[in-house]
Amino acid sequence: MAQAAMKKNRKNASPAPSTASPDEIARFTAMAEAWWDPKGDFAPLHNINPVRLEFIRDHLARHFDRDPMDANPLDGLDIIDIGCGGGLLAEPMRRLGATITGIDAGQKNIEVARLHADQSGLDIDYRHQLPEDLGSEKGRYDVVLNMEVVEHVADLDGFLGAAAGLIRPGGAMVASTLNRTLKSLALAKIGAEYVLRWLPVGTHDWRKFVRPSELAAGLKDHGVEITDLKGMTYAPIERDWRLSQNLDVNYLAFGVKR
Amino acid sequence: MTIRKKKSPSGQSVTSPLDTEILIIGGGMVGATLATAFGQSGVDVCVVDTQDPLDGLDAGFDGRASAIALASQRVLVALNIWPALHPGAAPIKDIRVSEGSSPFFLHYDHRDTGDEPFGYMVENRKLRKALFHRLQGLAPVHVMAPASVTALDRRAGGVTAEVTGVHGKTEINARLVIGADGRASKTRDDAGIRLTRWSYQQAGIVCTVTHERSHDFVANEHFLAAGPFAILPLMGDPDRPGHCSSLVWTERADLAPSIMALDDASFQAELEHRFGDFLGAIEVVGPKWSYPLSLQVAETTIGERLALVGDAAHGMHPIAGQGLNMGLRDVAALAEVVLDARRLGLDIGNAVTLDRYQRWRRFDNTLMLAMTDGLNRLFSNNIRPLRLVRDLGMAAVNAMPPLKKFFMRHAMGLAGDLPRLMRNQPL
Repeated sequence: MAQAAMKKNRKNASPAPSTASPDEIARFTAMAEAWWDPKGDFAPLHNINPVRLEFIRDHLARHFDRDPMDANPLDGLDIIDIGCGGGLLAEPMRRLGATITGIDAGQKNIEVARLHADQSGLDIDYRHQLPEDLGSEKGRYDVVLNMEVVEHVADLDGFLGAAAGLIRPGGAMVASTLNRTLKSLALAKIGAEYVLRWLPVGTHDWRKFVRPSELAAGLKDHGVEITDLKGMTYAPIERDWRLSQNLDVNYLAFGVKR
Repeated sequence: MTIRKKKSPSGQSVTSPLDTEILIIGGGMVGATLATAFGQSGVDVCVVDTQDPLDGLDAGFDGRASAIALASQRVLVALNIWPALHPGAAPIKDIRVSEGSSPFFLHYDHRDTGDEPFGYMVENRKLRKALFHRLQGLAPVHVMAPASVTALDRRAGGVTAEVTGVHGKTEINARLVIGADGRASKTRDDAGIRLTRWSYQQAGIVCTVTHERSHDFVANEHFLAAGPFAILPLMGDPDRPGHCSSLVWTERADLAPSIMALDDASFQAELEHRFGDFLGAIEVVGPKWSYPLSLQVAETTIGERLALVGDAAHGMHPIAGQGLNMGLRDVAALAEVVLDARRLGLDIGNAVTLDRYQRWRRFDNTLMLAMTDGLNRLFSNNIRPLRLVRDLGMAAVNAMPPLKKFFMRHAMGLAGDLPRLMRNQPL
């Protein structure tokens, strides 16, 4: 049971970094509150989180032969979350039973994520690292989560190679990103940043958006075969994100490592 | 969240904190049903109630009963509460609506929409007893009663409550707190949630009668000038089922006290005058109750790590017998959104989850409040043009099957965006 896991883990949770000054802790606390405020700066991530989690949970449960309705469907799976940010995905993964490592290029994000996991009583291994720093962990992980990251990297092929290299044979990757279409330029770039103000201006560079075919080809070169693609579509009346067949803007991919 | 021992100001020693997922304040019919839904799904719940659940469990018949609409009955079936209620529950097969001495009446026959009844009449004490036994069988449910929440701290990181009972104080840590503490909800008031409220200047007099002829499981709603007079079928004596009914008699608030003060013979005479003789001779049995009738609605049903359910969120006119049913719809919807979030590993008390509950229930509850309020205003008077409108309206509804079906599905609780528990689906 998740509750039992949480109680057990509370004891093992890593303490807040002792070298940090009180000023810094106060600053990170404020940042953690911002990251974790569903109506704050990261509201778009909070809003898409349930549908991303549903996709991840259901695919991993099927692939690893678990019941998705179980209290701990990801029990014992060794998962790494690349670009973990404040821990919005890592914490749910932990509650569902996974052993989770979160890495991020931003040192501040890692501090925020550690602080929040501690408050939530969850033990998560957060590190300020890039996938290319993890050469010694090649083939270690059952699952690599690659969510809302590839559209931000400079060297796509290098990144995909490093990420795919972390997965053990028979393991899986879940990726999500933005398609490079005229519709995504209109909605995800101009709409979300300039019109709706869901995201700060400059969050995304549309030219870096990745077509599903490019993601599939790029991953295939590194031994990961994409077996499912789904769109993430906003339903304005219900004010909810849904899984769909429409890959024009936001999409999710599930792939298996040979 | 560290475990610590400390002394309370009174010097009483404080037991070690209890970690749970959900704290439910109020263990009445709505709160206990919600606790069953969570407990059955393996979610740790703590229920705090000011009343000793053993008090009155074995008390005799007290005359108070509730209409359980078909959709609500499905919830009780899914939560394995229904088997204990089933033998004594009276199905409502038909509903007849009539007015004063008007020749028009509306006749709703359940066979018009399928084979199932509109709902069931269930005695409140039997429902409470069934819930008490069901909760005892659920390992994740911890009931603290008689006890009350004497301090509540809700913050982004979690909820901490101080519960004071006969054995002293206990600290409870939870992810979400639910206010199920009724019309006078302290949880709601302490959270600073404002209430819109108005009195109907009416009282509801509730009592039980036995009658010579069987009611044939028909509910009668008779509109009198002072307000609706409802005759609702009870099972009654198992050897002679169908000869007992629950009455909800709406009366002007200023007249109700003098009616309640009448001696038995005079009360019975007043009653017969309104009841009529269509079921033969009648006799009042058991105690009589009188409640002031009001409408109240909380400005919001959620707060930081807080959700309100049932009468704490909305209290309505009993004209359509929907108060408990709306509460059970809250239960089914809240249990569903919380479990969906939990199965995704999300923090169950987060604002995204609570927003979903609020958006789902707000429209439905407001619609029902408006419908019951409108019905009462339309019918509780003796203004001639309105009487004509009512009569023609009833005749029209009767003559138009789609409209009639619409009202019938509302009475069954099957209208709107239904939670899984009300659609015969697993939670």
